[in-house]
Amino acid sequence: MQKEPTQSGNGQMNEPVFEEWRDQPLDEILYACRELVEDADYPTVKRWRERGGKVAGHFQVYFPEEIVHAAGMLPFKVRGAPVEATHADAHFGSYLCSILKTSLEIVLSGRVELDLFVSHPICDAARNLAAIWGRNVEYPCQILYLPQNPNSAHSATYLRDEYNRLRGVVERVAGRSISDDDLRRSIEVFNENRRLLRDLYTIKRETPWLVSAEDAYCLVATGGLIPREEHNEILRAVLPMVRARSARREDRIRVVFEGGFCEQPPLDLVRMLGRTCYLVDDDLLIGLRWILEDVPVEGDPMLNLAESYIERSSYSPVQHDSRKPKERMLLERVDRAGADAVIVAAAKMCEPGLEEQVAYTHALDERGIPYFVSEFEENMTSFDHLEMQVETFLENLLFA
Amino acid sequence: MPTAAQQDDLVGRGNRDGAQLFRRWYEDLDRTAEEGGQCAYVFVMGSLNEILKTFDLPVVFPEINSLQTAVRRVSHEYLGQAEDEGYSPDICGYVKADVAVQIRGGEHPMGRIPKPSIAVLTNACNTYIKWAEIWERMHGIPVVTIDVPGTRQAGLARNDRDFENDRRYVEAQLWELVSVCEDLTGKRFDLDELRRVLAFANDVSTGWKQVIELNKSRPSLFNALTDGTIYLGVANGFRGTPEGSEFFTQLVQEMRYKAANGIGTLTEELYRLVFVGVPCYPIFRRFNELFSEWGGTFINSTYLWFASGGANRGFQYDLSRPMESLAEGVLTSVRDAMDSMFHQDRLLEAMIDEFHVDGIVYHPVKSCRTVSTGLADGRRALSRRRDIPSLFIESDMMDRRVVSEAQMKNRIDAFFEGLASRRQREAIH
Repeated sequence: MQKEPTQSGNGQMNEPVFEEWRDQPLDEILYACRELVEDADYPTVKRWRERGGKVAGHFQVYFPEEIVHAAGMLPFKVRGAPVEATHADAHFGSYLCSILKTSLEIVLSGRVELDLFVSHPICDAARNLAAIWGRNVEYPCQILYLPQNPNSAHSATYLRDEYNRLRGVVERVAGRSISDDDLRRSIEVFNENRRLLRDLYTIKRETPWLVSAEDAYCLVATGGLIPREEHNEILRAVLPMVRARSARREDRIRVVFEGGFCEQPPLDLVRMLGRTCYLVDDDLLIGLRWILEDVPVEGDPMLNLAESYIERSSYSPVQHDSRKPKERMLLERVDRAGADAVIVAAAKMCEPGLEEQVAYTHALDERGIPYFVSEFEENMTSFDHLEMQVETFLENLLFA
Repeated sequence: MPTAAQQDDLVGRGNRDGAQLFRRWYEDLDRTAEEGGQCAYVFVMGSLNEILKTFDLPVVFPEINSLQTAVRRVSHEYLGQAEDEGYSPDICGYVKADVAVQIRGGEHPMGRIPKPSIAVLTNACNTYIKWAEIWERMHGIPVVTIDVPGTRQAGLARNDRDFENDRRYVEAQLWELVSVCEDLTGKRFDLDELRRVLAFANDVSTGWKQVIELNKSRPSLFNALTDGTIYLGVANGFRGTPEGSEFFTQLVQEMRYKAANGIGTLTEELYRLVFVGVPCYPIFRRFNELFSEWGGTFINSTYLWFASGGANRGFQYDLSRPMESLAEGVLTSVRDAMDSMFHQDRLLEAMIDEFHVDGIVYHPVKSCRTVSTGLADGRRALSRRRDIPSLFIESDMMDRRVVSEAQMKNRIDAFFEGLASRRQREAIH
């Protein structure tokens, strides 16, 4: 298979950073993606840096990666990690979710090196992150203020200006300017990525027996760790292989998983769910799939990105938009996926997730859709009890 | 020179008048509830009282309602009721107490709270947004969220172009709020009325800034944790009103008098402390006593900064261009309030010498992650830069299940023993 070159921080062409999947059968490719996603030493990011590339870490949920990509930097999705927060623990108090601590941990422990960190105020805890990181690292730590008033007629132009401000920050870090044409090229790359991810989710919804929950998850998550051109290449290769599989449909409950927009459940938990049901849709890593349609390439690229964030986007508990009440959006997700039931999850100590559970369950009650409420933590290692509860819930539905 | 009788009246007037104003405020809300009148639910960081007052909309501060349930030692009843409705023990206690108030039809220890006609909030706290979504679902009311972009990176100098972009966005949203208020109340927006309200708000901001600065005085003139919370309530509830204006004019007068005459708080001031975080309302008085018994008094508090929406900054509205200036003031003040939480280490460092600070007490709470998340790290950063003793105690502002007075006392006693031995060492050297 021919290697597709990617652009480095110096504007020169680089070798791909993720080679392990090449010329492999489907199962080996999926295995390579799982290994990469679970590797908290971030080998692909290290390779990128070894070749002179710069890295911009962006915290959950959504980030306009095109701006960083257009500067020849690697956008790296900071989404916590399955590690002990040995160094980071002392920087936080109690009653906080795990992702805050493990995200700082991977930096303080030297597992990953960044040149820029950007977060946005998705929740009360995370809005402190830029300040905390800024006190502990030398590179710029910025807050990107995405609008929480998307219903204002002025939010898109504000966001365009905010993106342009960020563009200046990225240019200084990258040591090069970003032209509108650079941005348009990046938008095209990400448009293709979004199309491919939509395709993957179509497979999940329509033929979930062809791709397991954990494999689908890892295919998405890989995108946050490698240049997007490489991710496109993998998806272009994998999706036809998945479609060509001869796996047979089983008699399983079709389930939507809601609550994975920020802190991620451990892969073993996703694996366990995949064993017990068909996970036909979810909000796992929704930031990578936030924009639902192609971003227009013609015209002002920053305005196009801004309008897409507001007008052509998914939903999550951390964005307020009166046009998108979360409970209604969940019901639409359930309907679109033809789901029989919902797992309404939230990360431990995740305020937005826990608050939304109330609205979700009320809406599901009203529609008579069965649901299972649960909490998780990225570092949990024992699932026996949870698995039994989920199995009982699903068996009740199956044999009802 | 005031006579002895005048002096008696002057000293402590702020506390008396503040408490009285507050009772009256709740009586007015009770009346509004009885009559089924309109009101706006707002928050302390960016209440937009300035605009709402021009529409004669009474304001309700659910944060204040909630903390009052804790001060009056009934918060557990409200929290329990909300938790029975499915709200997690791990979310903000203010939200849960308010949910219970709403379920109870406004029943509250201070009187009946009217139902909201509109909710107005800023993005200074994400829980504001989630909270307002609850009212949106419960009452079907319009919710206006004003984006106030904060500081993007600690220590960066202000970029005028970026600031103007942000200011313009805030102003555009304020005009949208005006339009919603016009539709809601059927009243036309009156720019002259706004000027009148802004003038009163200017007096409150001027007074608030002065009162806080006057506490550099030795001995300190008021306790920032106890007395300060009373003044803070007036600064929020009566912002943009003649009563607020008069209160702060008189409070400055009182504080100046006390400063000139060396009149301090009731505590014999041995240690001057700064409080960082949100008060421990379930044991409000006792919490302070744990410090005052050792001669510690709180001379300043980040709570007085962020919970006044940054009014401590003293921003003055330019009445000749009211809406532009209001937008600038909201942006500047609310941003300052956020800095008081997220970059508190820088502000504390700047005031240690000015206020003659002996120690800093960090009080992160389970309920409020906006304020609490960065405190441990801020403390570490400050310790690296300055040799200042500090105490870090975690509890809650609402939930007595996570308030352990005995453990707290042990920690506080040890802190003061450390302060005392430090002072002895300094005396020797």
